[in-house]
Amino acid sequence: MLVDVKVPLLAESIPDATLLDWKKGPGEAVARDEILLELETDKVVLEVPAPQAGVLSEVLKNTGDIALSEEVLARIDTEAAASAAAKGADGGAEAVPAGQAADEPTGSDALSPAVQRLVAEHDLDASAITGTGKGGRLIKGDVLAYLDANKPAPPPAAKPTPPPAAKPAAPPPVSGERGERRESMSRLRMRIAERLVEAQQTAAILTTFNEVDMQPVMALRKRYKDQFEKTHGVRLGFMSFFAKAAVQALERFPAVNAYIEGNDTVYHDYQDIGVAVGSPRGLVVPILRDVAQMSFADIEATIAEYGAKARDGTLTVEEMSGGTFTISNGGVFGSLLSTPILNPPQSAILGMHKTQERPIVVDGEIVVRPMMYLALSYDHRIVDGREAVLFLVTIKEAIEDPARLLLGV
Amino acid sequence: MKNYDVVVIGGGPGGYVAAIRCGQLGLATALVDEWLGADGKPALGGTCLNVGCIPSKALLDSSHHYHNLEHLLPAHGISIKGASMDVATMQSRKNKVVQTMNRGVAALLKKNKVEAYTGHGRLQAGNRVAIAIHGGNEEVVTAKSVIIASGSVPIDIPVAPVDGRSIVDNAGALAFDKVPTRLGVIGAGVIGLELGSVWNRLGSEVVILEALEDFLPAADNQIAREALKALTKQGLDIQLGARVTGAKVTKNGVNVKYESKEGAKALEVERLVVAVGRRANTTGLADADLGLATDDAGRIQVDDRCRTSIDGVYAIGDVVKGPMLAHKASEEGIAVAELIAGHAAHIDHRTVPWVIYTHPEIAWVGDTEQQLKGRSVAYRSGSFPYRALGRAHGSGETDGFIKILADAKTDEILGVHIFGAQASELIAEAVTAMVFRASSEDLARTIHAHPTLSEAMHEAALAVDGRAIHM
Repeated sequence: MLVDVKVPLLAESIPDATLLDWKKGPGEAVARDEILLELETDKVVLEVPAPQAGVLSEVLKNTGDIALSEEVLARIDTEAAASAAAKGADGGAEAVPAGQAADEPTGSDALSPAVQRLVAEHDLDASAITGTGKGGRLIKGDVLAYLDANKPAPPPAAKPTPPPAAKPAAPPPVSGERGERRESMSRLRMRIAERLVEAQQTAAILTTFNEVDMQPVMALRKRYKDQFEKTHGVRLGFMSFFAKAAVQALERFPAVNAYIEGNDTVYHDYQDIGVAVGSPRGLVVPILRDVAQMSFADIEATIAEYGAKARDGTLTVEEMSGGTFTISNGGVFGSLLSTPILNPPQSAILGMHKTQERPIVVDGEIVVRPMMYLALSYDHRIVDGREAVLFLVTIKEAIEDPARLLLGV
Repeated sequence: MKNYDVVVIGGGPGGYVAAIRCGQLGLATALVDEWLGADGKPALGGTCLNVGCIPSKALLDSSHHYHNLEHLLPAHGISIKGASMDVATMQSRKNKVVQTMNRGVAALLKKNKVEAYTGHGRLQAGNRVAIAIHGGNEEVVTAKSVIIASGSVPIDIPVAPVDGRSIVDNAGALAFDKVPTRLGVIGAGVIGLELGSVWNRLGSEVVILEALEDFLPAADNQIAREALKALTKQGLDIQLGARVTGAKVTKNGVNVKYESKEGAKALEVERLVVAVGRRANTTGLADADLGLATDDAGRIQVDDRCRTSIDGVYAIGDVVKGPMLAHKASEEGIAVAELIAGHAAHIDHRTVPWVIYTHPEIAWVGDTEQQLKGRSVAYRSGSFPYRALGRAHGSGETDGFIKILADAKTDEILGVHIFGAQASELIAEAVTAMVFRASSEDLARTIHAHPTLSEAMHEAALAVDGRAIHM
């Protein structure tokens, strides 16, 4: 990343400054806060420190030139390999924070030897790992636990998808002095990155939460699962309940099932719900078409079929295109609560999470119930807060009392 | 009536350190200590300074030098004829060391504006402390907070009552004016072993009678085994499972009767040291009706922030639970001072190092192997012997080893055990590592200077992973 070295903000009474000698030349390594040059003004000589460590890559103005307030004088490449770093002796000993957007020396400066080794070997983003050592430091055990929990997922098959829980392997945060590895992003990864950022920047994404008592559905499922399987030849899971509940809510709150195209809002009379499934290549989102017309058995069978195709890598692009709403389940990875990102151009996504027994209050008594947190991320441009909340409540109520699905209330 | 923010009762390593920290934090502080030196003057520093840590180390060093004359120096080509040990000089040097430290503590208290009272302090209602000033009247002062640091006293056993001449406690054993021909020691704990070592090196025949079957049960079993071998080789006759049943003072010394595995036995010694342990000192500490709760071992009951059952009253050091170690008392003293001043402070007993100053020294921090096994914790172990170290060969002190125990899954260091020269200094690195929850790999990837004994720490860490270089 190129960082500008600018003339400091000059006081109003000072019109410009003259560059005195550069202390470092192009290609030389510089440490953060190292003084690069001095500027002479009418009133005072100003020092210009390097805003970040790296290699001085371009020098735009030279000794004797006049520069204005905040003018760019040079650029520092923060990611440049520091073969020159060994030469930059005074700055060289310090850790050089590498190519990340944040320039704060975070934990990367305070990584212990074992942690550094693991981070470098596995290409990890140290700032993504929770530290449990003294003062929140990362200890070896933290990194080992992180590696255990997150086998890095390769990019998904075709369509870019919202990642509810999978963590993509990040570029190494450690400095060039200690071995840096540079890898070009695959086109697919770049495309996903583009779409995710676009989603974030285009939509006004908010997330609303609720919780659902899974006990009624679990009881229902337990009661009928054998018979269901015998009758329909497919296992009864929970997704069919959630899909049907989503349909009911989407019918009730059409804005959630709509999207913005140019200056128009496009509503749909049908609900095509994308269901995130895991595959060896990562998370993919095949679409259940016209879910309102599907029976529970149809939904379960289709999901099972998609699951098998995902495993074999035989899902087609058509099967993964379109969709008016998405359901993703971070619970399989253990996520308790999350804020899913929208799957553009859709306006909302339902996040399911881990069902966990928790004490709750029912009729003034504390009882233990299998609870699941639900998250609905939505585009506030077309879904307003009230709608989003009621939408989620509708789903909750339908799951907690599946008779509502039967009766359409 | 004088009023203070904090009054500390007891001027040992817990009390005086707490007082200094209070002073540093700007609290109006007073310290009450009753110890008087041989010259009748106040002798601050408690048991540690006067009859514990400091004088024992002085004698251990003196005796170690003498021992080396015969046992270590000849190999270096040095031969001494007619060497002698003048006990009086050794003792007067030790007394001077103690006195220097007493004065040092007094100066530190003065520097930190702590007012020192010499006398016995007694806690009264309303956080008042009644001080019976030596050679003076009683003065009562009030305090917003009181820190009790009254320390511990040697445990008496009725079968061998201490008379201060023939049957002595640690204080007496540090003050012998001549080398006893034969010295009996009851108790093979830290104090018994250290004092026994001193006089053994100077020529005493030392017999240590330990009632327990196990030697140094608090230490790692492997360390205890190696230490027993080494000390026995040095000439200490350590008898385990030997319970003293009687000790009678005679004209020539003491006649000691004890039960052993082989039956009843008797032993004639010139002097007998009773070193069976220490108990909390709460005598005359508080008015009875104050309700200062104690536990079944007679220690003052405290929570994890050293607070007693009385509001505004804290207790630290040997008088409360936990290892009876000076540095533990000091850390508690600092933590309490900081708590009183409104800072967050915590006391981590997990990383308190233990040291025994025999030769070779013994030091450890964290869990022993038997403790880990007992808790079914999966661990890996790495050991490295001193005899594989260049530095050890250079000095001629090749006995000993360092052992590191690390969690099998996370590699976090769970315990470090050292038996060997300079163990007391080498353990500091391990303590720091454990405070930062380092893994054995962290130590393995830390450069250690060469040639030093500390390289054994490095190699032991490598050995955890099965990749020691020099073994």
